[in-house]
Amino acid sequence: MQPGRLTLSETNSLVAHQFETLEQQHLAGWLGMWIFLATEVMFFGGMFAGYALYRWAYPGAFAAASRELEVLLGATNTLILIVSSLSMALAVHSAETGRRQRLIGFLLVTMALGAAFLGIKGIEYLQKFEHHLVPGSGFVFAAPFQRTAQIFFSFYFALTGMHALHMLIGEGLLTALVIRAWRNAFTPEHHAAVEITGLYWHFVDIVWIFLFPLLYLIERHR
Amino acid sequence: MTTQTITPRMYVAVFAALATLTLVTTGVAYIDLGVFNPVAALTIAVVKATLVVLFFMHVWFRGKLTWVFIGAGVLWLAFLIAFTLSDAVTRPWIPIPTPWTGSALYPGGPGSGGAER
Repeated sequence: MQPGRLTLSETNSLVAHQFETLEQQHLAGWLGMWIFLATEVMFFGGMFAGYALYRWAYPGAFAAASRELEVLLGATNTLILIVSSLSMALAVHSAETGRRQRLIGFLLVTMALGAAFLGIKGIEYLQKFEHHLVPGSGFVFAAPFQRTAQIFFSFYFALTGMHALHMLIGEGLLTALVIRAWRNAFTPEHHAAVEITGLYWHFVDIVWIFLFPLLYLIERHR
Repeated sequence: MTTQTITPRMYVAVFAALATLTLVTTGVAYIDLGVFNPVAALTIAVVKATLVVLFFMHVWFRGKLTWVFIGAGVLWLAFLIAFTLSDAVTRPWIPIPTPWTGSALYPGGPGSGGAER
């Protein structure tokens, strides 16, 4: 028997009774995650549609309010998430090739980058509170957009807040993967959880890829 | 379900493309392209998302069944945004009785650029 290969009985113990083979089980999990991600597209899509509607109705207020966001922090966070996606992809590759230490290492790097993203997001939120840019009675904005700029910031907090919540859930999922990898739960034949969690992490990255230009980069040339 | 055809070098190449496009989209935002600024921003975002889906998410290397679910997500997102905007954009084409024109969403008429408060 090849080292690192599973015996037939070991393989059978990993396959749930409704599946014929480990590969079929992996495919079912893969498609299940894609179906969930399609519902996530609808979830974020509702907010994106609302954003499009109000940006069209109040172009001046959206441009003026967008200029209050710090492009440097937004761009840095975009790059951090892209590096974290690379690290996640390399973690999946490590699981496929059966390298446990590398798998744990890349998962930890991904988690650290996710935490850095959330830290920078926290700094930005703090600045918004300090600059009176949180919608509500304390909101202060230059005329003539005192009221309509609040609509932009409502979308800003709703979209980035839901995205940050997804990042937090991702950090939890990665923690579970690290623990399972530590306990030697993954082999080249059995690593579906790593790949499927990777799909989720990459999806959250894609949401931010759209949020960055739509929130931070409106009419910057003026 | 393994994807042995993908090498770490390919992942790094995709990452380099994504990082470059992030810098491009930031730079382009500071150039006045008129109505094409949002078009450029969204085009670059779609290209970046496609790279992530095809390579980081392994869709390029897997069966066609995944495309059914991706296609469904993208199609319904397009419906959601297109029909929402087509309603809002076409409303002023039909005369509306005067008491209704001062709605919260459309002060002074939608898209007229007037009376944003």
